[in-house]
Amino acid sequence: MRENAVLEMKGIYKEFPGVKALQNVDFFLNKGEIHALMGENGAGKSTLIKVLTGVYAKDKGDIFLAGHEKAVAIHSPQDAQKLGISTVYQEITLCPNLTVAENMYIGRGDNVLQNWKKMNEDAGKLLTELDIPAKPTQQLGTCSIAVQQMVAIARAVDMDCSVLILDEPTSSLDEQEVAKLFKLMRDLKAKGVGIIFVTHFLDQVYEVCDKITVLRDGQLVGEYEIENLPRVQLVSKMLGKDFDDMSDIKSENKKYEAQGEKDHLYEASGLASVAANPFDFYINKGEVNGFTGLLGSGRSESVRAIFGADRVIGGEVKKNGKTVKIKKPIDAMKNGIAYLPEDRKIDGIVADLSVRENIILALQVLKGFFKPISKAESLKFADEFIKLLEIKTASTETPIGSLSGGNQQKVILARWLLTHPDYLILDEPTRGIDVGTKVEIQKLVLKLASEGTAVTFISSETDEMLRTCSRLVVMRDGHVVGELKDDELTQSKIMSTIAGGEKNEG
Amino acid sequence: MKKFLAVLLAALMTLSLVACGKSDNGLIKVGIINNDPNESGYRTANDRDLQAMFCEANGYEASFAYSLKNDEQIAAAQKFIQDGVDYLLLSAADTSGWDSVLQDAKKNGVEVILFDRTIDADPSLYAASIVSDMDKEGATAVEWLKGQGLAEYNIVHLQGVMGSAAQKGRSGALDAQVAADGAWNIVNQQTAEWSAEKAQEIVQSVIDSGAAFNVIYAENDDMAKGAVAALDKANIAHGVGKDVIVMGFDCNKWALEELLAQNWNYDGQCNPFQASYIDDVIKTIESGKAPAQKTIIMDEKGFDASTITADDVNNYGI
Amino acid sequence: MKAKAIFSKIIKNQIMIPLVALLILALFNLIVDPSFFKISMGLNSLGNPVLSGYLITILDCGSELAILAIGMTLVTAASGGQDISVGASIAIAGSVMLRMLCGRNGSRELLVPIFVAFIVALIVAMAFGAFNGVLVASFKIQPMIATLILFTAGRSIAAWINNNELPIVYDESYAVFGGFIPGIPIPTPAFIAVICFIITALVLKFTSLGLFVQSVGINEKSARVNGLNPEAIKILTFVILGACVAVCALIKTSRLMTINYSVIAKDIEMDAILAVALGGNALSGGKFNITASILGAYVIQALTTTLYKFQVPSAALSAYKAIVVILLVVFSSDTVRGWISKNLKFGAKKEVKNV
Repeated sequence: MRENAVLEMKGIYKEFPGVKALQNVDFFLNKGEIHALMGENGAGKSTLIKVLTGVYAKDKGDIFLAGHEKAVAIHSPQDAQKLGISTVYQEITLCPNLTVAENMYIGRGDNVLQNWKKMNEDAGKLLTELDIPAKPTQQLGTCSIAVQQMVAIARAVDMDCSVLILDEPTSSLDEQEVAKLFKLMRDLKAKGVGIIFVTHFLDQVYEVCDKITVLRDGQLVGEYEIENLPRVQLVSKMLGKDFDDMSDIKSENKKYEAQGEKDHLYEASGLASVAANPFDFYINKGEVNGFTGLLGSGRSESVRAIFGADRVIGGEVKKNGKTVKIKKPIDAMKNGIAYLPEDRKIDGIVADLSVRENIILALQVLKGFFKPISKAESLKFADEFIKLLEIKTASTETPIGSLSGGNQQKVILARWLLTHPDYLILDEPTRGIDVGTKVEIQKLVLKLASEGTAVTFISSETDEMLRTCSRLVVMRDGHVVGELKDDELTQSKIMSTIAGGEKNEG
Repeated sequence: MKKFLAVLLAALMTLSLVACGKSDNGLIKVGIINNDPNESGYRTANDRDLQAMFCEANGYEASFAYSLKNDEQIAAAQKFIQDGVDYLLLSAADTSGWDSVLQDAKKNGVEVILFDRTIDADPSLYAASIVSDMDKEGATAVEWLKGQGLAEYNIVHLQGVMGSAAQKGRSGALDAQVAADGAWNIVNQQTAEWSAEKAQEIVQSVIDSGAAFNVIYAENDDMAKGAVAALDKANIAHGVGKDVIVMGFDCNKWALEELLAQNWNYDGQCNPFQASYIDDVIKTIESGKAPAQKTIIMDEKGFDASTITADDVNNYGI
Repeated sequence: MKAKAIFSKIIKNQIMIPLVALLILALFNLIVDPSFFKISMGLNSLGNPVLSGYLITILDCGSELAILAIGMTLVTAASGGQDISVGASIAIAGSVMLRMLCGRNGSRELLVPIFVAFIVALIVAMAFGAFNGVLVASFKIQPMIATLILFTAGRSIAAWINNNELPIVYDESYAVFGGFIPGIPIPTPAFIAVICFIITALVLKFTSLGLFVQSVGINEKSARVNGLNPEAIKILTFVILGACVAVCALIKTSRLMTINYSVIAKDIEMDAILAVALGGNALSGGKFNITASILGAYVIQALTTTLYKFQVPSAALSAYKAIVVILLVVFSSDTVRGWISKNLKFGAKKEVKNV
């Protein structure tokens, strides 16, 4: 082993039916180092992590750990834990119906008899230390996703690990929470923990990381010191192409064109659901607008109300100038509205069904019970969208659950595009998706808009919103607090509106 | 909602416990605890007989409670004792667990009369017990079969639910005879659990196997009916003077009609009409005497298809 | 390499579970007593030509279970739970049918055409199915708990319908459904079962039932966001099961020309659930394969018939059945099948070479 190293993975191979997920991949991690693992969807990041944590058995290759002379055998997540490898996954894997403290301590093996009082005390201490806003005895499910994520990290941190894997930990955290997490990561780094950081956020990589390892199509591209790898090069290494797509899109940035009230494609006044406070909203044909605000500001709840995903309890809705009733999703769908939900695992995918079935689902529901889409037709649709959106799947019949997150998202997108909506709502379509796909989706949004589709776009990344949207609705604490367009569309203006500097309402 | 359902279920279960009130009109108050009359045709006939006997016209004020569960029956018994009945008539679901409630009855001067089923309790705790003798039923049937004088007896034996008193009694006599006489063979002996469907399947399987048999000994009418359905399917002649002798028990009316039509050969009675016996016991006690016997065994007949009359069908069919 | 993939695909196919079980049972019977497979032609007591033999018995007696397995599979897939009231519902549907045919006083003539009686029973059974469905879908009660109500009360309701009488049908034309159509030597229940299979296949082909039921069963929230009404779909599956129940009631009452509401179709719910499980369907809902469930039903019947054939001592019958069932379930589990497909690779390769 190299001097100072805590982990070395050499010549790792892993194959799934139809996919060579890892081919001869090496990975080195030093003591007290934050090491970014980068790559597009399906590049093999998740697979490499799962091999390391014993979720998958590797086909070939060796794993060495500091303090062990020979290669270690990791057959299960328990093995990995015992060897000091802890993981916080992209999707929360804790039990929502247990308490925070139970989630932090239970299932860690040795202590058969649990001292509940001590456990709650320990948990309380650690939560305070890490500044996590949760009570030890609180049920985990009642915490926000961000807090749940942080509890998962606290659990991992408490296990005295030498290697900490953070797999997309920040995708559902807002900036303050991310800052807290980074502080925590730096503290751990100072203590000598090696941290593997998997993320899609380039800014974050350059903020905390020391080294970057890039994977592409299951193969190692290279390991780089952070200062020697400018962003543009990182992106081109990940994509395997030399181009700067970001600037491409910027140049296409559209300006908001004011239109008369008659031209509103969709208009709601006083719309309210069981989850969203009453709000007014409109969108024009061919317009891309956005809802922005912090997590929990009500932006998702508002678009869910537009689609009828939560029970609508009031308000008037006009589509193409005519009053329509949208109480539940099918009403919205019949009126040409499509909705890509925020949480694709809960509201989006039907995991055990095939990619093909997932793609045709919404269209089939629209067509109705007695007019099934024939298999041949559905195959045609599936092939068309797999090609169009470059969905990486072994076949049309692969269960969607076995696809990577980004490809699942593309399938859901395909599902809604297939219904040919004239108003498309995209709630966090790029969350947990690699740079290349993000750009593709942004381009697609602009293309659809240019063809006349109205699009509502929600993203946690402000710059993404700035690139695509010509008008932003800003929300805070469940209420609309402002609307920005034209010159107002700047990072700082958004921040100040979100933060509520003007104090123009109570 | 779940709570509501739980209450609903509980209500359904206790609905059958009919409340009873007091009266000072010189009627004899009886509390009758029986099994659910829907359990079988036998029980339906039994309940109807009791209802007919214990009415105001006959000088009784009766309250009925039905359950197939011992603990519910015990609760009903306690309620009857509290209500101050003079007699407690009991057909127990289980044989055990009755001691304390019967002692209560004794303390409160309530006379207990068991019918249809015995219990494991000290005989001093009850005044009389009126039961069928299942062993005798079986013995009567086997005796009749012996009298048919066949050269060889190849028997398909369809048993009731294993371990029940009726099954034990009706199987016992046949088993003893088969063990004793080399001309008697069991072709197939299986439980059809009182069910016609299962009996049909079992007999079907015997027919499929090609084994020869000339007697169907079914421990109740339903199973005999199932067996006959299988015989009909395979064109095997059955009944008086035919290839296969069909025997059943319980004397359902429709079964006796089969006898009358010569399709079956024998049906053994399991007498459900205990009311008149109970009435006698109560009259005896009311006149200040003790019943002559503690355990009263009822008369039970066996009907032969060659001698049965239409009157028999009407009088004894249940 | 390709042969290996195909082999592994076959091994992993759901339908393999009941198929292999059926094969093992057949093989066992072939070795121990080949007369199991003998089929002979004879005349029944009405003078019609009929086929008989163990295989015919399995085909005949397995019909009700196979029909029930269709509905039970759908209910399981959509709601992730099982209906334990089917036996009691059969008692109700059968009682309704005989009440229509024989009336209150036990008429010896048919009071209404059989077809009318069946339609009435069908509607009643579907209404009770809808009752269960509403409890499960709208009130979010676990299926087993919700159907416990009818499981408990159903046979009493059946008794009440006929005033505690056990009506008997004397008209021979009613015997056709559980017996034979004059001139056709194959038992009618087998035909009725096949008709049900065909209807099911057509429904699955010409409606979106399969996709919708599976979507609801796998991810109810997602199904809702995609415009489906999960409650309606769940209720629909219970109503379909109700229709299956009515068909079973027709066959069962026709077999004996009477109904004993306390024992008719006793414990059939457990066999029906087992059929679904043997078919490799997850009892927690989601994806389903009805063909596999139907095969599972015939496996259970083949097992029962085999046990009857070998005159397994009465008291031990259920114990034997339990042992066989445990073996079947264990061998059909993913773990064991994975192991088999892994360890039989060599065998597969050899076969390829020989070919």
